[in-house]
Amino acid sequence: MVGTEVAPATKEAVLDIRNLRISYGSKVALNDVTLDVRPNEVFGIIGPANSGKTSFLKAITRMDDFNASMNVSGQISFLGKDVTKWRNVFALRRRVGVVFPLPVGLPLSVYDNVALAPRLGGTKKKADLDEIVERCLRRAALWDEVKDRLDSLGSLLSGGQQQRLTIARALSQDPDLLLLDEFSIAVDPVTTMRIEDVIRELKNEISIIMVTNLVQQARRLADRTAFFLNSEFVEVGDTSPMFEGEVQDQRTHDYITGRFG
Amino acid sequence: MFTATQRDLKNLRVEGRYRFVFMAMTVLLVLPVLIILALLVVRGGPVLSAEFLFEFPKNGMTAGGVFPALLGTIILVIVALLASVPLGVAAAVYLSEYAADNWLTRTINLAIINLAGVPSIVHALFGVGAFVVFFKFGTSILAASLTLAIMTLPVVIVATRESLQAVPQAFREACWSLGATRWQTIRAVVLPNAVSGILTGVILEVSRTAGETAPIMFTGAAFFLPFLPESVFDQTMALSLHLFVISTQVPGVPEGLPYGVALLLIIIVLVMNALSIGLRTYLRGKKKW
Amino acid sequence: MARSAEAIDERNLAWYLDRAVRVFVFVGGISAIVLIIGIFVFITREGLEFATTTLNIKEFFTSPRWAPTSETRPTYGALALIAGTVSVTGTAMIVAIPFSLGAAIYIAEFATGKTREVLKVLVEMLAAIPSVVWGFIGLSIMNGIIIQLFNVPIGLNVLNAGVILGLMAAPIMTTIAEDALKAVPDDYRQAAEAMGATRWQVIFKVVLPAARNGLVSAVLLGVGRGFGETMAVLMASGHSINIPDSVFDSVRALTATIAAELGETAVGSDHYGALFTLGIMLFVVTFIINLTADLVVRGIKKR
Repeated sequence: MVGTEVAPATKEAVLDIRNLRISYGSKVALNDVTLDVRPNEVFGIIGPANSGKTSFLKAITRMDDFNASMNVSGQISFLGKDVTKWRNVFALRRRVGVVFPLPVGLPLSVYDNVALAPRLGGTKKKADLDEIVERCLRRAALWDEVKDRLDSLGSLLSGGQQQRLTIARALSQDPDLLLLDEFSIAVDPVTTMRIEDVIRELKNEISIIMVTNLVQQARRLADRTAFFLNSEFVEVGDTSPMFEGEVQDQRTHDYITGRFG
Repeated sequence: MFTATQRDLKNLRVEGRYRFVFMAMTVLLVLPVLIILALLVVRGGPVLSAEFLFEFPKNGMTAGGVFPALLGTIILVIVALLASVPLGVAAAVYLSEYAADNWLTRTINLAIINLAGVPSIVHALFGVGAFVVFFKFGTSILAASLTLAIMTLPVVIVATRESLQAVPQAFREACWSLGATRWQTIRAVVLPNAVSGILTGVILEVSRTAGETAPIMFTGAAFFLPFLPESVFDQTMALSLHLFVISTQVPGVPEGLPYGVALLLIIIVLVMNALSIGLRTYLRGKKKW
Repeated sequence: MARSAEAIDERNLAWYLDRAVRVFVFVGGISAIVLIIGIFVFITREGLEFATTTLNIKEFFTSPRWAPTSETRPTYGALALIAGTVSVTGTAMIVAIPFSLGAAIYIAEFATGKTREVLKVLVEMLAAIPSVVWGFIGLSIMNGIIIQLFNVPIGLNVLNAGVILGLMAAPIMTTIAEDALKAVPDDYRQAAEAMGATRWQVIFKVVLPAARNGLVSAVLLGVGRGFGETMAVLMASGHSINIPDSVFDSVRALTATIAAELGETAVGSDHYGALFTLGIMLFVVTFIINLTADLVVRGIKKR
């Protein structure tokens, strides 16, 4: 980002990203991203497929550790600390919940799906686990549907239920930041609406990054929105003005109004 | 509209002929198994009895039972498994969960192929040179079992790696994103879903190990012992070697006896194999995803 | 409100455990390399001194006289033993190659459903029979059959061991060949069938050529299996040191010689060293065979 002034991130930014660049081998997936995510905000990321949105989410939790061909440069700070400097990357990942586009119910019972992260974190007492499981399932608007069959396999729930199960599971980590990657792609409209309500609730407690291919979903939920296009970080701004036409780049306007994408 | 032409009919006839030839070859290949099994059952069946299983050999191994050999085979297999299963599973976990696609991994794979391909008698020589002589275990259960363990290690590695790789990658990624370490992920999600596949491989290994003869001949199995082994540093009799001994080295053995030993050995091996095949088929129908 | 990073970024037990497991499984991973090198080192350690000092290399490869226990002049000519191994393995391959490739073609291309499953299980059972049982079968069943059928005095010979070895090598060859045939994409078959080719034309003109490398590698592994087989050859080949003139001659293979004689030698003696020298030779040859088979298979994947 030569010659561009970057405003210093607010001190309390949950996530602060500077000049992030992601590539796979010689192929650039995302170039020169600078943005921050503040407490209690829903941060929307919109853009067509293959714009680097998912790679962006992976870089935040250092999932590049598991993929030798993925290269990340620039700086990502989470809770004020460069993610590459975290001594215990697993503690970092525990603070960041992730929900994938296609729901992945682990082949464990509904209960164990949600209790897994607390157990790995050292919570042993049944009563504590019961409490966490119920609370997380309630927050994910799934409790009423599954409370009588907590012992059945999570991977056998319906798609919409599995997606809410993965949200409950992500919440069981007690995260500071929740990453939602096109969560409504495999979910029916009713469930989508329910999850959107869940997101509005959660916002009171944590920050959320919501990657979406549905422009209107960003408009409904996001406080601020960033636009990625073909590996390029086009712009970031408050959602309402952006959708009312106050854009820095004409392409953003064209995308929002459905001229392409 | 579609009437068969002269040419179609000819083709059908030719195809039928080829089909028959290939089928005949297949039948000729598997027929011996059935004949051999039938012969062993007919000639060895009458020998099998409780006394045969639980008595010591008598009169210079020309009469009596096979108890010390049967027990010895069981002990050899168990000690071999104790060594090879942890090592083999660790190797498979490394190859499936950690290894990148690089020269080291290719070398490991090549080594596994060769380990499986080295002649059993060369494994025996290694067992003598390494365990009996160099590590001074002497000819003992320990030396024999370790030799067997190394020889059958590839079976465990390959079966375990396959069942680990069958666990969908999405499960791992979901677990990692919960903040689980690699090991926690393996323990919580990967191994539980692969354990039955691993078991299949282990049973297969038992079947291989129980039947091997050459690797134990000079490392720990004895022709005849009047007593049972007391520790892993003792020698032991073994069924496979016992069959070799009474069918080639001992004069005056009644004809039925070696058939009985061969039948017993084959029953052990085939029951293990059937278990392994059955388990595999059962699991295929019972995937959780 | 977000917590501070410093409060939660600590290495805990799980972190250290993960590191420890990483090291442990890495050790497991390289154990295969360590072991294969270990095997080579240990058999060389025991055999090298003899091979480089006492042994006459020319005699080893050209003399058919293997008399390590001779009191007057021990000789270590391995030619007859090599001839024994080669003749038995060769006979085995003549038996095994057509039958196992034929069976592989039938199982992969013709058989369906239950038949296929049953045949595969039978082939696996064939592979499961221990070599000492095969040896016993050669000794007690095949022996009589050969004597009666061909009217020869001894039934323990190249033919007996060869047939037994062929049956032993066939399952591995069938399995690998079948895998190779199954790996040929169905598109090839459909494309050929769409052009009006018959089933057998598809097999001979399309499937077999496409699976060529896998089939070659199946044969190579079968050869390796036969070459290294010990107990069955020891028991079924008649055990006489001899360059065979016909399949009815008794022979003795390299592997069988080690199995028969190692028990009688003193550790460190010339005879002991000579047997390890045979072991080195077996190791090197099987290593080359396996390596070649692997390279041939790798050839398919690259294409």
